[in-house]
Amino acid sequence: MMPALRVIAPGLLTTVQDAGRPHAIASGVPPGGAMDRFAHAAGNMLVANDRGAASLECTLRGPHLEAERSCLVAITGADLEPRVNGAQAPMWTAVELHAGDVLTFAGRRSGARAYLAVAGGVVADRWLGSMSTNLMVGRGGMHGRALIQGDIIMVGEAASRAAPERALPDDMRPTYGDHALHALAGPHAARLLPESRQSLFAAQFQVSPDSNRMGYRLEGALLEAPGDELLSFGLIAGAVQLPSGGKPILLMADHQTAGGYPVVAVVASASIPIAAQLAPGDELRFVETTVERALEMRASQREALDSLTT
Amino acid sequence: MPPQRSSVRVRVHPLGDTALVAELGSRLDTALNTRAIALAAALQKRRDVRRAMAGHGMVTVQFDPEQVSLDALTAAIRRLATRRPPVEEPGRLHRIPVVYDGPDLEEVARKRGLTPSEVVDIHVRPIYRVFLVGFVPGWAYMGPLADELVLPRRATPRTQVPAGSVAIAGQETGIYPLVSPGGWHLIGRTSVRLFLPDSDPPSLFRTGDRVKFFALTG
Repeated sequence: MMPALRVIAPGLLTTVQDAGRPHAIASGVPPGGAMDRFAHAAGNMLVANDRGAASLECTLRGPHLEAERSCLVAITGADLEPRVNGAQAPMWTAVELHAGDVLTFAGRRSGARAYLAVAGGVVADRWLGSMSTNLMVGRGGMHGRALIQGDIIMVGEAASRAAPERALPDDMRPTYGDHALHALAGPHAARLLPESRQSLFAAQFQVSPDSNRMGYRLEGALLEAPGDELLSFGLIAGAVQLPSGGKPILLMADHQTAGGYPVVAVVASASIPIAAQLAPGDELRFVETTVERALEMRASQREALDSLTT
Repeated sequence: MPPQRSSVRVRVHPLGDTALVAELGSRLDTALNTRAIALAAALQKRRDVRRAMAGHGMVTVQFDPEQVSLDALTAAIRRLATRRPPVEEPGRLHRIPVVYDGPDLEEVARKRGLTPSEVVDIHVRPIYRVFLVGFVPGWAYMGPLADELVLPRRATPRTQVPAGSVAIAGQETGIYPLVSPGGWHLIGRTSVRLFLPDSDPPSLFRTGDRVKFFALTG
């Protein structure tokens, strides 16, 4: 384990994230982990890490970091205009940093969350089997909190096969401009009044300011799904809950592990990375899809990642 | 005697392309919860199942669609659900001391035509079952609550409920492990810590455990 990067400015919200702690749901602890698992995994694979290694999730306004030593990094996910020593740095590509190089992010072109993978993997506090930061309980990652100025990012031993300039081909990179989320009808979709069901899969919704890694509150059409109160049951990321007020909530990585509101739709697993790249104020719509189509999309994402296997 | 077949019918609802909810029943019922726990345990042993989480009469199953189709897993769940659940070992028993001075105690008593001390007497009487651990870290849905105490949730949830608050709503009772928003009626408080972030597992309660409250004076 060795120091790799020093935090000159932390950005808006930069946290350590890996593939999360799925088994902790039995204790009511959110599974957590990177919001955009595709970008997170691709970044790791570009620098020859395990797909699930810890990296930095940089939200909307990226950090300023200085390399403490030479290290291979890859920036994936949202295009926050990464620059190395002021010059534009390529996305979805392994880039060598030398000691003293400064990595900055100039602005937001597309998406909401960029991932910075470092060869060897970020090493931080492990809690319940994962280095993902859980801000609610203040555990995991960088002492359970977002990065602050002066933090040193530690990394593990890099694999010898890590090499600069490896890139994910252009046609395999997700387009974050299209905010159509493919979704399947949820277990309680039959409760929706006909016009509400129509709105759910046709109307534009806006991600409200009161949205975060736990979930997105959606503004737009008010939906109605009357019926008896439900007993709570286990939930997953991508579930669209409908509280009695009629404004849907899309659950994301740090979601509550159980709930009793009707689940009227569930975002296809392949569309969750797109959802992860939405910020408050962004518009989205749900496009009803089938299990078959959802699995096709999932398979093509998997192929894109597998193409990076060395 | 021939082996007894269960009459429990299971309804399987897809939850996106990588998960499903198996519903054994929608009532608050110990036998259903026992079956849900047994079904989740059986499913968790399968290599194509990532996680199976029991709660009330439901099991939420996350599976690997590269290894099993929704239809094949549904068929397997129907087979497993007809099995008689093993005789359940009684869950661990927790005794929880409570100071019954919650801000909603009087209102609960008034709405149910009881005195506050009657509310306390009724609340401490049963041994509750943990039907589901989830929602927030360490939270447990427990019940069934005596019919005399059943009330809908508060019309307006509080934005901040103190950690340790003992609460009731519907047929259930619970304890807020962390400061959080909440719509349940607060009838008391306990100093017992339910969320133990430095333990593994970090929740005092597990699904299937039993809980007995007793009243401390002020």
